[in-house]
Amino acid sequence: MPNDGSTKLSKNLLRMKFMQRGLDAEVKKQLEEEEKRIINDDHWYLDLPELKAKESFIIEERSYVPCEDLVYGRMSFKGFNPEVEKLMVLMNAPKEEEDEEVEENDMTRMDTDITDEEMAMRYGSLVESMKRKFAKKRERSSQKNEEEDVNHNTGETQPKKVFLKPQD
Amino acid sequence: MNAIHSCFKAQIGEVVLPGDVFQFDVSSVEEDSNIKSEKIVCGPGLRRNGDEILVYKSGILRHKQPSMYWIDSQQKRYVPVKGESVIGIVTAKSGDIFKVDVGGSEQASLSYLAFEGATKRNRPNVQVGDLVYAQFIIANKDMEPELVCIDSCGRANGMGVFGAGGFLFKVSLGLVRRLLAPQSEMVKDLEKIFPFEMVVGLNGRVWVKAKSVQQTLIIANLLESCENMTAQQRRALFKRVAEGAL
Repeated sequence: MPNDGSTKLSKNLLRMKFMQRGLDAEVKKQLEEEEKRIINDDHWYLDLPELKAKESFIIEERSYVPCEDLVYGRMSFKGFNPEVEKLMVLMNAPKEEEDEEVEENDMTRMDTDITDEEMAMRYGSLVESMKRKFAKKRERSSQKNEEEDVNHNTGETQPKKVFLKPQD
Repeated sequence: MNAIHSCFKAQIGEVVLPGDVFQFDVSSVEEDSNIKSEKIVCGPGLRRNGDEILVYKSGILRHKQPSMYWIDSQQKRYVPVKGESVIGIVTAKSGDIFKVDVGGSEQASLSYLAFEGATKRNRPNVQVGDLVYAQFIIANKDMEPELVCIDSCGRANGMGVFGAGGFLFKVSLGLVRRLLAPQSEMVKDLEKIFPFEMVVGLNGRVWVKAKSVQQTLIIANLLESCENMTAQQRRALFKRVAEGAL
């Protein structure tokens, strides 16, 4: 069919990939522009008046709990249920600034729980056991001997085991 | 902010009725709020309606520093509120949820996974008729309320099934709030009598347990009678009970 302008192919057909090869530059440009306009068209624009961003200064609260500082609902008195009494202390603990004081008190109490000496002992044994873990099998026996030397200096090293020829 | 405070100020401690309106000059408030971002908290009984605050419960207007206002009202019907802890009665088990009666307009749902240590394999042992102490995680006027028996860390903290051998009764919501008030005098007077355990739900249900059935009933009756007594009357009655008159 002679392409003399009397018969025109539809735009959608021209936009297809296999048709692009035969198109001349002018038609190509025209098509591109048209496509751009379609995308640029702000047809998603909502015709609404601009919302006034007004931050509310009033908060609604439906519960009495924050208003009246209501306490935890489970209670036990005079040691009837020790578990609940523990929970009461936990749940009714004073908040915020007073909390820090409580924590500080706890810290001091913790210090008295485990003395420095106990801690040193504990870590001392931990170091030993970790050392043993990374030592090779042959080194292990020698280490054991050394330890004993360090701990009780009374000497008494075990004599090396040798095969004793039985007497007969 | 001062505009709002001043419109409340005259009425603090006074009786207000549904329909009362608190009005203030919005423009001055807006100017104020630009400087310091202080907010007014409207507690139960107060509702914001555009630029004014409406009262929808009858009672006494209360104020707490710095900027909290609410209505202290007497009522018996419970309306679920998110975050409140209540005592519920399990009424049905259906698949993976329990139906729990909390005294509201609708039964609440409680998932079997919302218990401490519960997994799909390890179901909690909950029977129909059991009492649960739980808190609302969803409480919405348009939706079914939902309860959980764990906090946000997954710990029970005393929530869950309870109530073997105790006694459950209903009191007004006002009395429950008086019982739960910090340093409540009523509770202080009660605990002098004898050892006992109590669970108070914000829905007006109270569960008590003491060493014997007799003692449990004494505590329950005392609590019920506290509803309409002055502090002196209460002290006199508690004294008589402590002396063994009942």
